[in-house]
Amino acid sequence: MNRLPRKMSQLLLVLAFFVVALPASAKLNAFACEPEWAELVREIGGDKYRVFSATNAFQNPHFIEARPSLIAKVRRADLLVCSGAELEIGWLPLLLRQSANPNIQTDKPGYFMAAMQVSRLEIPQHLDRSHGDIHADGNPHVHLDPLRLISIAKKLSQRMAAIDPDNSAYYSLRFKLFRRQLNKQLNQLAPLIAQLEGQKVVVYHKSWSYLLDWLDMTAVADLEPVPGVAPSSSYLVKLLKQIRQQKPAFIMVAAYQDQKAAKWLAKKSGLPLVVLPYTIGGNDSSNNLVELFADTLEQMVQQGLN
Amino acid sequence: MKYRSYSLLVAALGTATLASSALAADGKISSNQFNPAISLILDARYTDLDQTELELPGFQLGGEAGLPEKGFSTGHNELTISANIDDRFYGSLNTAIIYSNGETEIELEEAYIETLGLGSGLTIKGGQFFSGFGYLNGIHDHAHDFADTPLVYDALFGGHLKDTGVQLRWLAPTDFYLLLGAEVTSGSEYPSGENADNNKGRTLFAKTGGDFGVSSSWQLGASYYQSKFDVREAGGGHHHGGEEAPEADNELLNGEVDVSGIDFVYKWAPNGNGKQRNFKLQAEYLIRNEKADAEFTEDSNSAEAAYDGEQSGYYVQAIYQFMPSWRVGARYDAIEADNKISSFVDNGVDQDEFLEESGLGAEGKPNRSSVMVDYAPSHFSRLRLQYSKLENGHGEKDDQIMLQYTMSLGSHGAHSY
Repeated sequence: MNRLPRKMSQLLLVLAFFVVALPASAKLNAFACEPEWAELVREIGGDKYRVFSATNAFQNPHFIEARPSLIAKVRRADLLVCSGAELEIGWLPLLLRQSANPNIQTDKPGYFMAAMQVSRLEIPQHLDRSHGDIHADGNPHVHLDPLRLISIAKKLSQRMAAIDPDNSAYYSLRFKLFRRQLNKQLNQLAPLIAQLEGQKVVVYHKSWSYLLDWLDMTAVADLEPVPGVAPSSSYLVKLLKQIRQQKPAFIMVAAYQDQKAAKWLAKKSGLPLVVLPYTIGGNDSSNNLVELFADTLEQMVQQGLN
Repeated sequence: MKYRSYSLLVAALGTATLASSALAADGKISSNQFNPAISLILDARYTDLDQTELELPGFQLGGEAGLPEKGFSTGHNELTISANIDDRFYGSLNTAIIYSNGETEIELEEAYIETLGLGSGLTIKGGQFFSGFGYLNGIHDHAHDFADTPLVYDALFGGHLKDTGVQLRWLAPTDFYLLLGAEVTSGSEYPSGENADNNKGRTLFAKTGGDFGVSSSWQLGASYYQSKFDVREAGGGHHHGGEEAPEADNELLNGEVDVSGIDFVYKWAPNGNGKQRNFKLQAEYLIRNEKADAEFTEDSNSAEAAYDGEQSGYYVQAIYQFMPSWRVGARYDAIEADNKISSFVDNGVDQDEFLEESGLGAEGKPNRSSVMVDYAPSHFSRLRLQYSKLENGHGEKDDQIMLQYTMSLGSHGAHSY
């Protein structure tokens, strides 16, 4: 009868070890709304973070639902990285409220909205729904401008250091490595950038504004009559006329967008249609952010300008 | 020549963002910016139907159960005001502005506060709210996929199970979704009734759900509600477009009621991208048990009986969005009552008359088949055409056609799954 308590105390000791040891070795959980931010968390957070992306490159982040699996993931997140600027307004506020998670509420360090870390384009002068699905805080699709991306990466590394001060040197180092790698890639892409500068294009949605802004390119037409509204056939005919006058170089769409209308327009106008990955995983050669820029520029030049 | 000066630009960027954030901080801030989110739903319809009052034999209707007004009418024009109150609480008020029979009514649908990020997966809600029971119960009428609520919700809950009280929810710290909830409420709303303690309502619910691959997701729920009441007046609620109740007293005394339900939702969208095409299958099954002393009085005549009823019902509906803006849907719903009457006392009203007049006499299986098509040019506007064939159990059939719009003005909050 004496043995039982001893065994129990051994068992308790083992249990106590797990309780103490587990949190120390456990990774932090990051919940990213879009693949580009999941990848940025991987770049900066390295092996300190386990990352979950709520969407993939073929999903339109405007139209996601606060479904059960996402609520369960946000419940355990230490860090939430999303675009913000109302991109996820249809689902993120619900996830925050339903998660009951104090770490990632709007006033907490775990709440990181990437677009809100940088200056934004297309902030509307006045808000009127007849102008389509516009965002009061401006265009949220910021990640395709590498300068803004580096700035966001830096802020993210600082945020990670605030959440996990023991590893602040690690996050700072990883940010510097990422910046160096991206700059190196951009320098290699310099000849392509030079070719694209000043070109006129047709876009689908405001997804491309930051990329065009960085490349000094101009969108002369948009396949959407107003943001978030699919093109009608009469609108496409009007667009065709406009294209004949403006003479853009090519049409660019994201992998997740419906390409039926774009294909029709490309065929009628004779313009090349360039389907771009838009984010991580949008095609086979965009597995990280550095590759994403390389692939995007190569495709724009190879398919759009030749 | 941009590409040559990256490092310079990047170096300059730090300063630039500093400057821009300072600019944002200096931006004009007026008290207006603290206004809560205000959302207004405009809902109106044209209805063609034969019957004017909803009669479902075996069910003493309450709450908002009823048929829409014939011809032109406005429905629930909902005004919602909501905001984070501070870092701990969220608050929301939802009222329906209804015009019927020449009168404007403002009906409080929900007025509650809820904790924000309380931790440990816990959320506490207090005030008046739609119960966490079932799936459709928590969804406001404007977000329903059909112009009317399923018969089983009308018959058992009077539209929605809503009450005043507290709700505690716990979200399990698991990789899969598991939510457990409990409510203590006044228990004074239909299907319960006035009770001296005003705290007799009890609800328990559990929900789980997840994804099947990237294209599909699902949720399964089980719920239980029970309450006790001293008095429940039958037909006490307002009927939209219904006729005035006859001069009779029809009530249940010393009653007990409980409702159990299961609900299931399955959603599909190619690659999880619902904008072009998506599909939703939704079904719920509910059983209500109630026991009470039934009394029916008309002028100086009356009858009494011990009443023990079991009523159940279900609906199954499927909605398919086959292209952006356009959806089609079909729904079948049916209810059934099995009511037992004993210890009958005839004070001038015989048993047959009592069963018919009190609404407790069950007959047939009321059911309805509906199809609808709706067009939503944007997130914020929707036009819907619906056709329903209602068989009320008396053998009467009613063809109903509804043309409805629901429009959303202002900052419309996200809809739950």
